[in-house]
Amino acid sequence: MLAAIVLLVPLAPGWPAVKKSFANGEVFAKTFPGLLDAFLLDIAIFAWSAPLIFAAGLIVALMRDARAPALYPLRLLGIVYTDVFRGVPVILVIYLVGFGVPGLGMPRPWNSPYLWGTVALVLTYAAYVAEVFRTGIESIHQSQRAAALSLGLSESDTMRYVILPQAIRRVVPANMNLFIALQKDVALLSFIGPVEIFRQAGVYKSLLANFTPYVGAALIFLAVTIPATRYADHLMAKQLRARS
Amino acid sequence: MARLEVRGLRKSFGANEVCRGIDLTVAEGEMVCLIGASGSGKSTLLRCLNLLEPIDDGVILLDGVDIAEPGLDPQPVRQRIGIVFQSFNLFPHMTALENVLLAPRRVRGRTREALMPEVEALFARFGLSDRMEHYPDQLSGGQQQRVAIVRALAMTPEIMLFDEITSALDPELVGEVLDVLRDLRADGMTMVLATHEMGFARELADKVCFLDAGTILEEGPPAELFSQPRHERTRAFLSRVL
Repeated sequence: MLAAIVLLVPLAPGWPAVKKSFANGEVFAKTFPGLLDAFLLDIAIFAWSAPLIFAAGLIVALMRDARAPALYPLRLLGIVYTDVFRGVPVILVIYLVGFGVPGLGMPRPWNSPYLWGTVALVLTYAAYVAEVFRTGIESIHQSQRAAALSLGLSESDTMRYVILPQAIRRVVPANMNLFIALQKDVALLSFIGPVEIFRQAGVYKSLLANFTPYVGAALIFLAVTIPATRYADHLMAKQLRARS
Repeated sequence: MARLEVRGLRKSFGANEVCRGIDLTVAEGEMVCLIGASGSGKSTLLRCLNLLEPIDDGVILLDGVDIAEPGLDPQPVRQRIGIVFQSFNLFPHMTALENVLLAPRRVRGRTREALMPEVEALFARFGLSDRMEHYPDQLSGGQQQRVAIVRALAMTPEIMLFDEITSALDPELVGEVLDVLRDLRADGMTMVLATHEMGFARELADKVCFLDAGTILEEGPPAELFSQPRHERTRAFLSRVL
């Protein structure tokens, strides 16, 4: 199959043109450093979004796990939240939050696309991460809870010291997969302003009338996501072995 | 006077009534053994005494005070009544020592330093001094169960409940856990055990209660109950297990 592609595609009538505009070595060399530079912004956005997503996801998961009848409104809120933000495409949330909120006429720095873009990513990804945490919490056997309560621990200490540490460890691979997806979705913020790698590639494309910068950008993403994906798979396999 | 007194305890899970009016009295320093087939209600009764399960009807008096009243905070009661489970239920992400320290530190607010002398003494007493830094999965079943007992004792409970604590152990490990119970018995601990170890019950119990279909069908000193059971069902059960 691969061999067929390698052999046949260059025979296509448009190949020389495609090769020139997508795999132009000269353009690649010229734009690659600039792309790497722009990628630092992707990494920065990822770096400050990820801890926020982790914290928000955990809070939403705990809301959904609230047992006391008096806390039912909290629980309902958690359910509505995860349903809504898992149900809407990320790009729509980014558009609505990223253009909508600054559109209220807020002064600097409260109209920054970095700020509202981050909020949009956190809102969306926290919903997914919350669901992962919730599965983790539910996977811890009831007997652990019983043992903790029987020692006189409160419900909140039981969650904090006994259930959560085990649950969070158990869902590390699942969360890693989400954070790999987040790393890619950071590029969507380019639609509301920030000149990160995808946007920078677009700028080069227009300047040089050549698509090679997009290929460069793709290679840079792969250089990060492939090792991360392999590592997540490795963790998952390790857990499976440990449990069997 | 009775330390613990149960009257008319009823507990259902859905349509299945597991405890159908249980009456039980445990005096200070007494060791009471609950025997009976699986599903007769022994475990559920113990879980109710520790308030892990809310009861549907009846009273549980601890020093004459009803602890099963709805709406009562179960936490202080659980600190006074310890329980050890069949499947150990140690916290797998903590070392043996951390398992033991967690509740006294969080619930009683005591420091690690203040706790260490007595906790070390407990580990030493049950032959676990060299296992304090081990994680549960690095310990044998018998060691895990002894750590679970140390964990419960570290809260200095007044009454201990044991729910078939040797049933999940390999036969050669049962002895070391029963030795712990002998030790506690000699120490005067008030205990209620659900057990299948008839020889042990006969040797050490002050009172043996035979549970059948959610009620205590018959109770008495072990010498009496084991040699002259009054009920046909008790006789049938004993002839199966002895």
